[in-house]
Amino acid sequence: MRRLVLILCLLAAPAFAVQPDEVLEDPALETRARELSKGLRCLVCRNESIDESNADLARDLRLLVRERLVAGDSDEEVIDFVVARYGEYVLLNPTTSGSNILLWIAGPLMLITALGLGAVYLRRRSTGAAPEALSDEEESRLRELLKD
Amino acid sequence: MALFEFRHTVRRMFIELGHFALILAFMVAIIQTVVPFVGAQKGWRGWMALGEPAATTQFLLVGFSFAALTYAFVTSDFSLRLVVLNSHTDKPMLYKITGVWGNHEGSMLLWVLIVALFGAMAAWFGGNLPPALRARVLAVQASIGVAFYAFILFTSNPFLRLQTPPMNGQDLNPLLQDPGLAFHPPFLYLGYVGLSMSFSFAVAALIEGRVDAAWGRWVRPWTLAAWLFLTIGIALGSWWAYYELGWGGFWFWDPVENASFMPWLLAAALLHSAIVVEKREALKAWTILLAILAFGFSLIGTFIVRSGVITSVHAFANDPERGVFILGILAIFMGGALTLYAARAAAMEARGVFSMVSRESALVLNNILLAVSAFVVFVGTVWPLVAELAFDRKLSVGAPFFDAAFTPFMVVLAVVLPIGAILPWKRARLGRSMRPLWGVLVLSIVLGALIWVIQTGNTMLAPVGGALALWLVGGAVSDLWQRAGRGDVASKLGRLSRLPRADWGKAVAHAGLGVTFFGIAALTAWTVEDIRVAQVGESFRVGNYELALSEVKQVRGPNFISTRAEVAVFQNSDRIALLYPEKRVYPVAQMPTTEAAILNGFARDIYVVIGDPQQGGGWAVRTYIKPFANWIWAGAIIMALGGCLSLSDRRYRVAAGARKAPSDAVPAE
Repeated sequence: MRRLVLILCLLAAPAFAVQPDEVLEDPALETRARELSKGLRCLVCRNESIDESNADLARDLRLLVRERLVAGDSDEEVIDFVVARYGEYVLLNPTTSGSNILLWIAGPLMLITALGLGAVYLRRRSTGAAPEALSDEEESRLRELLKD
Repeated sequence: MALFEFRHTVRRMFIELGHFALILAFMVAIIQTVVPFVGAQKGWRGWMALGEPAATTQFLLVGFSFAALTYAFVTSDFSLRLVVLNSHTDKPMLYKITGVWGNHEGSMLLWVLIVALFGAMAAWFGGNLPPALRARVLAVQASIGVAFYAFILFTSNPFLRLQTPPMNGQDLNPLLQDPGLAFHPPFLYLGYVGLSMSFSFAVAALIEGRVDAAWGRWVRPWTLAAWLFLTIGIALGSWWAYYELGWGGFWFWDPVENASFMPWLLAAALLHSAIVVEKREALKAWTILLAILAFGFSLIGTFIVRSGVITSVHAFANDPERGVFILGILAIFMGGALTLYAARAAAMEARGVFSMVSRESALVLNNILLAVSAFVVFVGTVWPLVAELAFDRKLSVGAPFFDAAFTPFMVVLAVVLPIGAILPWKRARLGRSMRPLWGVLVLSIVLGALIWVIQTGNTMLAPVGGALALWLVGGAVSDLWQRAGRGDVASKLGRLSRLPRADWGKAVAHAGLGVTFFGIAALTAWTVEDIRVAQVGESFRVGNYELALSEVKQVRGPNFISTRAEVAVFQNSDRIALLYPEKRVYPVAQMPTTEAAILNGFARDIYVVIGDPQQGGGWAVRTYIKPFANWIWAGAIIMALGGCLSLSDRRYRVAAGARKAPSDAVPAE
């Protein structure tokens, strides 16, 4: 429900994204259009791509993408065109430029750190094969037990 | 008339009493936080013993309060603001009841009800715990309750009245009027809040300064239960999205989904690391930290959902009170627990010694993968906020990022899982342990190659997914088979049936993961889509099926009006099904919904959606063939089943019966 309440606030109409009249004749171009649409955000929706959304604005963007493709733009050119108009917010797949590099390397860096720490831990566990000395508390408990 | 007046007064009284009970529960929770805790510190038995009756009382009070609110919804008492906003007299009874938690205030009441339920269960079934530990656990659990009672009473009171009650309500959001969704929140909350038990145990252990095998054994069932409820809750939500949102997506990497997924990943890590504590008395400090973090992520999830901060910084600024309150709760509990951890964790020295190749090491790797993948999801979820606040960039992080950054962890996890699961404790030889797995490995690779050849030129998704799925399922089977020992089939089966339930649970849950992986890979790689305008009477071909739109008509439901199409599905010119996709309008809520018609099958779903009437006549129709869709949720159910099997293992019941044994004398097996 937590997801929903929020999705729903903006998803006011039934999802019926790509309309039959939008579909391009050329299947290759249409496939490219669909792929591009999946990476572009519907600006008035909550975390939906224009491919999934049926807001009017999403439809306009889908048509725009198709127009550019028919005009002969490459995928990158279409993306650049849309970003130039609507800003970086429209990209569901964040770029790797500038501060975004932090986003992309956070996971790998954390993984390397965790593997390093894990390896150190495991080494300590495995080389400390000799039984550890008893702590003071354990020592005194042992003495107590032996007394009985 | 007099009778009507009387009943009306009784009804109002009942609801007022519910409000009062909530305030009393708040008071009892404060007492339950302070008295048993002081008792445990001072060694006063009487004060410690107060925890149990307090936990029971608190549960009964908040249970009564919840019942009163439910009663208000069931009887459509429109003097309550919450009922007006979320209910309607025409609504079916089921959704009147589920409407109780289909909104912020009611769902928070459900949240504290579950906190109190878990606290009470710890009191009832915790007879085997040392009195001081039990007192501390109940005190910490009650303190979580205190924070959320205060949150409800001061910012989100469900019992607020209206001066002049309207004649009828504004109806629950129609998308929420659905069985899949009706039970999604309670399960999620059982999971989130179940992690509060692990948290309470962790904090209590830190205060005592002792973590031993017995602690691992006590904390594990709670974690297992929490994980199992989260699994079911997430699966229900995903299943709902699949059939309700109208295009068969099952996971969106939405912040609100991530909010439930991060605790799930950490709970999965925690229930594995707790095994190491229980069996080998190692990984103690890490397990404590995980228990704290897992609940921390539950709170972060609540914060994300309740404050709306991730959706928009501005939404947060408009109604900051609730967000700030939950942020405060998060800061106090995480800050407090982590400070305590920093002070005490060093004392948690591990005992068990094991070699680099061992079950222990494999579980360490499992924990690294699960925890880091949760971290990746977290970074992706909060990055838009960080970028806006710190770098003044307004950007989005959507599914493509998560697919790229998260999936590799799951692939590696699936590759190492069957090997790790079959390694013996302490010291293993990889070559020998792998022996029963070679056959499965070869079969998996062959399956992957076969898929690759058949589908010619598609992505690697399906071949890799198929191979990993068989590897996981086959690995689980071969693990069990190997445990059955030598001899003829009958004696093997005999031994299998006597295996501990936990071993069955492990194999079943791991196989379930494989089934889910396969469903996701197949659905993503092989979905066939068809979008067209169809005239009534027209038939068209999608994949191997022939579909005919036979009629479209208007139908009335209890609280909606529907445009319903009839679509016949043919295979080899045999009619195999009639499907009725609908477009509904809920007049009270003024909201349309699509109701996809789905022909479920073992190997594929046929998914039909009816769209708008077209200008040139005919209707927009969308058809999908979704291969192996059901496997995604079937896998989740199998995982949950594995969790249930594990939970019913004898050793938890034996531990429950062993109340006389001093806690530190429980052997590490």
